[in-house]
Amino acid sequence: MNATTSTSLLSAEPVRSSELPARRLVRAYLTEARYETVRMLRAPGFALPFLGMPILLYLLFAVLIAGEAARADQLTAKFFFTGFSVFGVVGPAMFGFGMNVAAERTQGLLQLKRALPMPMAAYLLAKVLMALLFAAIIMASLIAAGLSLGHLTLTTGQIARVATTGILGAVPFCAMGLLIGAWATGRSAPAFVNLVYIPMLHLSGLFYPLPKSLQAMAPAWPTFHLHQLALSAAGVDSWGEDLTHVAVLAGVAVLFTLIALRRLERVG
Amino acid sequence: MNDTCLAELSGVHKRYGSTVALDGLDLEVGRRELMAVLGPNGAGKTTAISLLLGLQQPDAGTARLFGRPPKDLAARRRAGVMMQEASLAPELRVREQVDLVASYYPAPLDVDDVLEKTHIAALAKRPYGKLSGGQKRQVQLAMALVGRPQILFLDEPTVGLDLQARELVWSTLRGLVDQGASIVLTTHYLEEAEALADRVAVLGKGRLIASGSVSDVRALVERQQITCLTSLAAEEVAAWPGVEEASRDQRGLHVTTRQAEDVARRLLAADPGLTRLEVRRAGLAEAFAELTQEKAS
Repeated sequence: MNATTSTSLLSAEPVRSSELPARRLVRAYLTEARYETVRMLRAPGFALPFLGMPILLYLLFAVLIAGEAARADQLTAKFFFTGFSVFGVVGPAMFGFGMNVAAERTQGLLQLKRALPMPMAAYLLAKVLMALLFAAIIMASLIAAGLSLGHLTLTTGQIARVATTGILGAVPFCAMGLLIGAWATGRSAPAFVNLVYIPMLHLSGLFYPLPKSLQAMAPAWPTFHLHQLALSAAGVDSWGEDLTHVAVLAGVAVLFTLIALRRLERVG
Repeated sequence: MNDTCLAELSGVHKRYGSTVALDGLDLEVGRRELMAVLGPNGAGKTTAISLLLGLQQPDAGTARLFGRPPKDLAARRRAGVMMQEASLAPELRVREQVDLVASYYPAPLDVDDVLEKTHIAALAKRPYGKLSGGQKRQVQLAMALVGRPQILFLDEPTVGLDLQARELVWSTLRGLVDQGASIVLTTHYLEEAEALADRVAVLGKGRLIASGSVSDVRALVERQQITCLTSLAAEEVAAWPGVEEASRDQRGLHVTTRQAEDVARRLLAADPGLTRLEVRRAGLAEAFAELTQEKAS
């Protein structure tokens, strides 16, 4: 190495502006999202179980074991389908955020990115898009399985509404995962996510009707509200107003993100 | 703060629980300056850099980067960073890592150019996780440079590098300063500071205990320790010219001095029965520890 090679490492004229032009800001967001996707594709160990499990469990329970009941009763078929949809989209959102953010915090990657001029929103948005992509694949596989094997009948409009609900419904669970990831260590995050995830799935009545004593508690869980929205989208009479459910889920998303961001920006 | 000062800590205090990390630290980095921050482990070097990068907030005092709070993205867009413990995504390739960082800056360098100039073009397509420790440091240096920063923060940049790689890094850094960049680097090695730095700041227990040119600081830490078995009293020897400290324990008399030859001659003259004379140079870590204790007490 000689002096001439190192001379051109700096610009001839010093960079005067430290603002990021809009075009470059968009590029920063896209680049972050692109590499997040590339990472996921190159390490399919996380993706495959989360993409495969919902459809496998749906086929096992709603087709093999309870296929007869679903054929006899459209309500049962829709109950199965929506329950497994919620289960499917919530998992990668919570685990993807919880585990990855915790690991990247613990290993110093997030710290480096905070020291670099990375817009924090680009980091989060890349991960949200990842969760939405997972949700889209899961919803597509479940809708295909439901319509072909699960005795499910949906109009085109209902298919579109159910798919949208499932995909966008992942967002508040990204926020829940983020909140856990902002506090947990890389090693403890899966345990903490499970601690919330498993009781939440069961206590919100996704898979079986809850006993009366637990029914009153169900609305305390965000999954319950997403399930009601999915049922309503599939044309089933659901509990409460759609707008209430949307408001609850949006509230969870905003509140949990703000609390988590406060910590991430100050402590990392 | 004036316009020649790019980064500044003033009166900064920071504690973690009951541990004091920084205790009223003042530090200024000027334009075109390569400042080495030296000190033993736990002296507060990494904390000082973290505050200048907005990774942490001071409990008291202020941190400024280009006159702004370091949390401002706009301030950090003019800075490049190499951290001590950063495990980057192992799945991403070297070129992709540098490209990602380039996307954060308003007018970055061409990614392939940077790889070429930091001598890692041959690694461009290798997954980061498959690199050796030294290669990873070189990639991190490329990431620190790609945004065309006016100031670079390098936390222990040459740890784990072999001699040749270290020389390459040093010459890159010198070239950058020649071009008008400022660099703050933390290091354990006085020789690294000697090879590069215009100015050295020595931290100990969270305070600035010495600051100046490398030779100033070297003089501060170049002490020698004389040990011997003698009947002379420690108090008597402590009063001799050139003796900084004298104490006695079961191994004999210990004398700290910067004039070992003179003191040894006088010791031998004063006590003909003196035995087991030993003179050794205090190591850097010891010297820092000693400096730190003196200044802090």
